Amino acid sequence: MGAVTHYLLRRCATLVAALFFASIIIFIVLQILPGDPALVILGPDAQADTLKALRHQLGLDLPVWLRYLHWIGGVLTGHLGRSTAYDSSIANLILQRIAVTVPLAIFAMLLASLLAIPVGAWAAARRGAVDGSIMAVTQIGIAVPDFWLALLLILIFAVHVTWFPAGGFPGWWHGTGAALKALVLPVVALAVPQAAILARVTRGAVLDVGLRDYLRTARAKGLREGAILWRHAMPNALIPVTTLMGLQFSFLLAGTIIIENVFTLPGLGSLLFQAIGQRDLILVQDLVLLFAGLVILINFLVDVLNAVIDPRLAQNLGQGLQ
Amino acid sequence: MRNLRILIGGAMTLIVIVTALVALVWTPYGPTAIDILHRLAAPSAAHPFGTDAFGRDTLSMIMAGAENSIIVALAAVGLGAVLGIPAGLLAAARGGWTEELLMRGADLTFAFPALLTAVMITALRGPGAYTVMIAIGVFTAPVLARVTRTAAGVIWVQDYARAARALGRGRGAVTRVHILPNILSVLTVQITIQLSLAILAEAGLSFVGLGAQPPAPSWGRMLNDAQTYIYTAPFLTLFPGLAIALAVLGLNMLGDGLRDAMDLRRRRRA
Repeated sequence: MGAVTHYLLRRCATLVAALFFASIIIFIVLQILPGDPALVILGPDAQADTLKALRHQLGLDLPVWLRYLHWIGGVLTGHLGRSTAYDSSIANLILQRIAVTVPLAIFAMLLASLLAIPVGAWAAARRGAVDGSIMAVTQIGIAVPDFWLALLLILIFAVHVTWFPAGGFPGWWHGTGAALKALVLPVVALAVPQAAILARVTRGAVLDVGLRDYLRTARAKGLREGAILWRHAMPNALIPVTTLMGLQFSFLLAGTIIIENVFTLPGLGSLLFQAIGQRDLILVQDLVLLFAGLVILINFLVDVLNAVIDPRLAQNLGQGLQ
Repeated sequence: MRNLRILIGGAMTLIVIVTALVALVWTPYGPTAIDILHRLAAPSAAHPFGTDAFGRDTLSMIMAGAENSIIVALAAVGLGAVLGIPAGLLAAARGGWTEELLMRGADLTFAFPALLTAVMITALRGPGAYTVMIAIGVFTAPVLARVTRTAAGVIWVQDYARAARALGRGRGAVTRVHILPNILSVLTVQITIQLSLAILAEAGLSFVGLGAQPPAPSWGRMLNDAQTYIYTAPFLTLFPGLAIALAVLGLNMLGDGLRDAMDLRRRRRA
C-alpha cells in the first residue's frame, strides 16, 4: 500500500473519531451538564406536570446512553427532531437557512483568496516599498473586526449612497440578482480581514520556497517573471496557504454567525441566536454539531488536498503518526 | 524598522492600558450616567466623542470599556495558559500515547471556535463576562498547548537536556530547569498574539449580546447599540471600533516585532 493511501486511510479514521468525540462533548455540555434540559427549556416557573410531559416527550426518562444513541441515530438518518419553538422539523429549518450561510461563506473565501494570493505573491516578488506598504495595510486589516467593517460598509454604501441594502435578504426565488446584491456587503466584511491574514501567509510561504533563487535561474534562462512566480514558485508555496485557508474557512463559518446578525440575513447563524433566545435546546444542539462537524470536515479535506498536492508530506505525516 | 514596530505596538498597547487604569479612578462623566436631554449629541467640546441614545458620554464609556476588554482578555488567556501550557509540557516530556492523547484532544478543541463554546455556555447559564472568559479560554488552550509542545520538543533534543536526563534527572526536573526557561520567550510572543485575538473575540461576542450585560460598558455592545442609530448618529459607530482596532493592532505589532527580534537573535547565535 502506498504511503499516500496509508495516510489517507489513517486520516479517515481520525475524521470519524473527531466527529464522534465532538458529538459526545456537545451532548455532555447541553444534555448532561444542565441536569434537567426540560427545566432549561421551560424555565424555573414551570409546572411539575408540564415538566414531566416535556421530559417524556424529549425522552429524558430514558437512560443516558440510549438518549445519545437516539440523537446521533436521528442525525445520521436525517431525523433531527422537531424544534419546540418553531414547531417545525429541524431538518427543514436547516435546509432553508443553509442556502444563505454556505454561499455567504464560500463567496467570502473566494473573494479573500482572489485578493490575498496575488497581493501576497506580488509583495514577496517585489520586496522594497511595495512589500512595506502591503505589509502595513494587511497589519491594519487584521486588526479591524469584521462586524465593525460591516457597520462602516453599511454607513457608506447603504446610508450615504444607497447602492446596497443595509440588511435583509429577499430569498433566492425572487431572482438571483437581488439576492446576490444583498450578499455583497456581508461578503466584503467577512473577506477583508481574512484576506489580510492570507496575504501575509502567502507572502511568507513564497519567500520560504526561495523565490529569489527561482527568479535568478529563470531570468538566466530568459523566462518572464510572472510565469516563474505562478508556474514554479506558487505550487511549492501552496501547502501553508491551503492549510491556513482550511482554518480560515472555520473562522468564516463562525464569522457568518455574527455577520448574519448585523445584516439580518436568515441563515444558520441567526437561527442559532433565535434558538438560544427561545431556549430551544435541541435546535442549539443540532446547530452546534453542524458547525463543529463542518469545521472538522473542512480541515480533513484540506489535509487530503495537501497530501495530493505534495505526496512527500503524506509520507512524513504518516511516519509522524506512527 | 523592527524596533520601530515594537516601539509603535508597545506605545499603542500602553495607551490602552493607561486608559483602563485612568478609568479606574476618573472618567469625564460617569460611564453609566444617563443624561436624556443631551442624547445622541454629535462630538463637541463637552463630549469629544458624542453621546449615545441615553445621553451617556461615549468617551467615558470607551475608557471604562478598555478596562472590561483588558480584564476579560487577561482572564481568558490566563485560563488558556493554565490549561494549555502544562498540557504542552507534559506532551513533550512524556511523548508516546500521552502526547498522542493530549494533542488529538487539542485538535478536537479547534472544532469549537470561541463563538460556538460561548453559544453552548449561554444556552446553559445565560450570557455574561464569565461566559466569554471561559469560551475564549477554551479556544486559547489548544493553541498554547501546541506552541508549547513544539517549542519544548526543540529543547528536549538539545545536548544539555539529554545530558541532564542521562545523569538521572527526572522528566519534571528537566522540564523545570531546562525546558520552561528556554521556551518563555516563545510563549511570551504567543501570549501577546492571543491577547489581541481575545480582545477581538470579546468584542465580537459582546456585539451579539453574549458578553458583558448592560449597563457594564463594553466596546462590542456599544457598536451593537450604535447600529440602531446608524442613520441619525453615525459617529457612534466610529469610536468603539477605533478603540478595538487600536488595541488589537498594538498587541499584534508588539507580538510580531518581538518574534522577529527573537528569530534574528537565534539566527545570529546559530
